[in-house]
Amino acid sequence: MASIVSYGSYIPRYRIKAEEIARIWGENPDNIKNGLMVYSKSVPAPDEDVLTISTEAARNAINRWGKENRKKIGAIYVGSESHPYAVKPTASILVESLGLDYNIMAADYEFACKAGTAAIQNVIGLVDSDMIEYGMAIGADTSQGAPGDALEYSASAGGTAFIIGKKGIADINKTYSFTTDTPDFWRREGEKYPSHGGRFTGEPAYFKHILTAAKKMMELMNTKPEDYDYAVFHQPNGKFPTRAAKMLGFKDSQIEEGLMTPYIGNTYSNSMMIGLSAILDKAEPGDRILAVAFGSGAGSDAFDITVNDSIKSFNRNSAPTVRKQLENPIWIDYAYYVKFRKKIIMRGD
Amino acid sequence: MSDVPRFWRESNHRYRLVGTKCNNCGSTFFPPRDVCPKCRRESIGKMEELEFSGYGEVYSYTVVHDGLEPFKFQLPYILAMIKTDEGPLVTGQIVDADPSEVKIGSRVRVTLRRIREEGKTGIIQYGYKFILEK
Repeated sequence: MASIVSYGSYIPRYRIKAEEIARIWGENPDNIKNGLMVYSKSVPAPDEDVLTISTEAARNAINRWGKENRKKIGAIYVGSESHPYAVKPTASILVESLGLDYNIMAADYEFACKAGTAAIQNVIGLVDSDMIEYGMAIGADTSQGAPGDALEYSASAGGTAFIIGKKGIADINKTYSFTTDTPDFWRREGEKYPSHGGRFTGEPAYFKHILTAAKKMMELMNTKPEDYDYAVFHQPNGKFPTRAAKMLGFKDSQIEEGLMTPYIGNTYSNSMMIGLSAILDKAEPGDRILAVAFGSGAGSDAFDITVNDSIKSFNRNSAPTVRKQLENPIWIDYAYYVKFRKKIIMRGD
Repeated sequence: MSDVPRFWRESNHRYRLVGTKCNNCGSTFFPPRDVCPKCRRESIGKMEELEFSGYGEVYSYTVVHDGLEPFKFQLPYILAMIKTDEGPLVTGQIVDADPSEVKIGSRVRVTLRRIREEGKTGIIQYGYKFILEK
């Protein structure tokens, strides 16, 4: 059975508040904060992208595991919808930036917000089939929302890396996926900003896939919501996962630990993964976790995870926790935000 | 002319602060050297790659208000000399910090960031920068 051997996350230090975005577009910030449950979001610095964010998250995971182990990684997969290049893998640059062995399988994945969990599933398969001893799966994004669009309040940046092997700190008991052709959100080749189906992104997309995957997983594992200490769902905003949890019969106390979007925004491929990372920052042996990602287009990946005794001797303090990274942000205004996100038309653009 | 081959040759030291160590006298170097300037011929065959820990402290710094075009979006930015824990001084930017936060002696750690792009269609050059240890 595959197990999470180590993990690490990274959140850019720059943040913008929902009030500041609402001020520019003449909207009532309370509608955003109370309606979508998004209070602020992370903003990547001008020199950050998915490669640099992935490197930071992966270095945190490697530091917790032990730098001397990194050459044992036999596969690296990076899920994102904002890879720096259209053609040139992020994964191959990571092999060098992390100092991994060159005898390694590597590729970039794309499936909207669940490309990182697709990477996890591939690594699980390779570990369980003994093709590799350890593999790394990363979910990272510097997501874009069109100016004035509802997405602008949530589209943010961050990354999480998981190292997976046979013996780790949290056993992955099972994974299950549910996939349909649902055009709720998309970005055409060459387009700068994504488009979405407005309210269509709710019931037929997010809720249908998250609820189906969560229910099916509990059916396969013969479990009920009360059997889990923690649950974490994809978080395009704070409202959707809170509502999905209620519909499934989970209590707020089960989802609070992994609910990060209200503070850092929707980090897309990293969204559910950073929630799981925040849970592992606190988890104790025996804790059971239901984790369900969602990617537009659309599909959900569910994971049933049990934290084991090894977490007691695991060196969690060798990297900053997710909540530690929430501290001490640099707040920026909308003018800096448009400069950092390169939304200003420069000469020659 | 494209910088692709030059950057590719230097990528491991730019990405991971890989320098060299002279196993004759123990001196460390960054950027890497093929021959130790102290031991000279005595060091031949005794130089080995050394990946620096990435930690160090601010030896000196300045704040750049009038920078080159590729750094326009980052102005004003902090350029520092970092005394690495391994010894060599390394020059690099300190990012994600207000200049008022930086002091001589501040602890820093290395991070990987974009340095520049070869235009809109060219290669993206990545390299080391530093962030303050909190």
